[in-house]
Amino acid sequence: MGNVPNAVKHCLSYENLMGESFRLPSSFQEKKWPEVHKFPDFVKIVEVGPRDGLQNEKEMVPTEIKIQLIDMLSQTGLSVIEATSFVSSKWVVQMADHNEVLTGINKSPHVRYPVLTPNIQGFQAAVEAGAAEVAVFGSASETFSRKNINCSVEESMQRFEQVICAARQACIPVRGYVSCALGCPYEGQVHPAQVTKVAKRLHELGCYEVSLGDTTGMGTAGSMAAMLRAVMAEVPIHALAVHCHDTYGQALANILTALQMGVSVVDSSVAGLGGCPYAEGASGNVSTEDVVYMLHGLGIQTGVDLAKVIEAGDFICRALKRPTNSKVSQATSRVIDMQAFSVLAE
Amino acid sequence: MLGCLDLEVSLSGLKPLPEKVKIVEVGPRDGLQNEKTIVPADVKIRLIDMLSEAGLPVIEATSFVSPKWVPQMADQEEVMRGIHRKPGVSYPVLTPNLKGYRAAVKAGAMEVAIFGAASELFSKRNINCSVEESLQRFEEVMSAAREEKVPVRGYVSCVLGCPYEGSVSPSRVAEVAQRLYSMGCYEVSLGDTVGMGTPGGMAAMLEAVMREVPVHALAVHCHDTYGQALANILVALQNGVSVVDASVAGLGGCPYAQGASGNVATEDVVYMLHGLSIHTGVDLPKLMDAGSYICRSLNRRTSSKVAQASCKL
Repeated sequence: MGNVPNAVKHCLSYENLMGESFRLPSSFQEKKWPEVHKFPDFVKIVEVGPRDGLQNEKEMVPTEIKIQLIDMLSQTGLSVIEATSFVSSKWVVQMADHNEVLTGINKSPHVRYPVLTPNIQGFQAAVEAGAAEVAVFGSASETFSRKNINCSVEESMQRFEQVICAARQACIPVRGYVSCALGCPYEGQVHPAQVTKVAKRLHELGCYEVSLGDTTGMGTAGSMAAMLRAVMAEVPIHALAVHCHDTYGQALANILTALQMGVSVVDSSVAGLGGCPYAEGASGNVSTEDVVYMLHGLGIQTGVDLAKVIEAGDFICRALKRPTNSKVSQATSRVIDMQAFSVLAE
Repeated sequence: MLGCLDLEVSLSGLKPLPEKVKIVEVGPRDGLQNEKTIVPADVKIRLIDMLSEAGLPVIEATSFVSPKWVPQMADQEEVMRGIHRKPGVSYPVLTPNLKGYRAAVKAGAMEVAIFGAASELFSKRNINCSVEESLQRFEEVMSAAREEKVPVRGYVSCVLGCPYEGSVSPSRVAEVAQRLYSMGCYEVSLGDTVGMGTPGGMAAMLEAVMREVPVHALAVHCHDTYGQALANILVALQNGVSVVDASVAGLGGCPYAQGASGNVATEDVVYMLHGLSIHTGVDLPKLMDAGSYICRSLNRRTSSKVAQASCKL
């Protein structure tokens, strides 16, 4: 997610979410499973813990801890690690040390370190600090756009166009995000056509990849399938990623659905860092460890060493003084009989 | 690691998703059995009554196993006699042997369940006998149940892995499932006992089992210890399974990984199914009320993410 407003306990009451109103209208329903591809042989994991994860953690994390986390993650085989955000520290205090982080990390030659740049000023500051890839955040929901970044979706697209133009000139790739792809904390249901419109725009403007985010985690396999079917008609599948939140426990099922439909890029956050700002105490990002466990169990390559990710997760959780949100991490750190758990070794 | 699978074979036989899924609520038995805090009979009864009101069609009420082994279930008779039986709802109870079966029927049980394992070591450590010996014990229960026209549900543990043996072959699972089914179990629930299974393993296991047992007689009982339960359940649905076991509030930790979670939370399953427009008959807010009731009684946080997100802690 992009810049995040202060936590809102409930933008929609849970009755609204649980009741009829949240079911897909019949035009969206997938009674028959959509056309299923063979699973991809390889899935690229985009690790968003240091940025999206930490941004949503209450505890302020010192710069050296962030740097150490990123350095540990760089050794796990992850090929993309979202390092920080060049947003005004007035809005996102956790990311105030963006310059120090980006200049302080030990950049691995096999890893890319994209950073968030909400506007041209952020972009310029990022480039000055050595950024070689940037990301912009659009929204499929008007209300979310206004509350989150204080402008309409159209206005945000104009800002991003400036960033993308400047990035093109500097030969810097840009990744696009679409928030609220499976629902909005303010508007409720979001029509797949709205998601498609924004995804297509970002792709046409020049984003090499568009990550579709279930910002509130309210999506289910059905709404994921319907949304992807619509977006895939306009944006090539190799340019799509999914960014699922696990607030309602649906993330892995949603990711599985996306994989079955041919998506091969998945965002996740080590230790499931980053709670949900819309449901206090609830979880947010899906854990990288749990995603990798599922992918490896499916025989899908990721290049990631799960044991090392678990270590990085343990490190940051100790620093944050909070338990991990990763079930794989919880299960493997306390196993009574180790014999059975050779699944972690590749 | 769990072997790479021929995924094209696993995915090619996909059927449309079922329109209806029967949820078998195992919280009061499997859930509470694995909770450290002993819960008084009246709390168990109230929980079961609330679950009945939530629209669940099957609620596993208790276990007629010796209280020496499972103290949590020592109040089995009191619970059976105390619950309000909603018409149309079944209240199966666990009966590990003939003695347990007789006690169950005497206490008013109208459906029973028996537990086999796909792993020899697990069978020996869990119920102190080999798989073959356990099946012979169950034959006795089946005979008696057949005579008295009491339906029997079978469970197979360790279908996607064993805490002692590691990986378990799908053909072994199919063998045990087939034995239970041909013995007379109307339904066989396939349990991922340690939660280590992933969707590929689920598909491969189901493919093997479905060659021996018709899919309408199969259920899945997924543990969420590694966070894989909903993905595994989704694959089961895609393969034609339409009965899913779950535990309110995700009651019941994993006895093989201290502190880790166990059963998948009914609330999270129902949320997914309703999002897929699959009918369950369950009223999710009432289910969450039951979940928050039992969590308050146990003085623990819910394991259901839906409940956490909806502040029904």
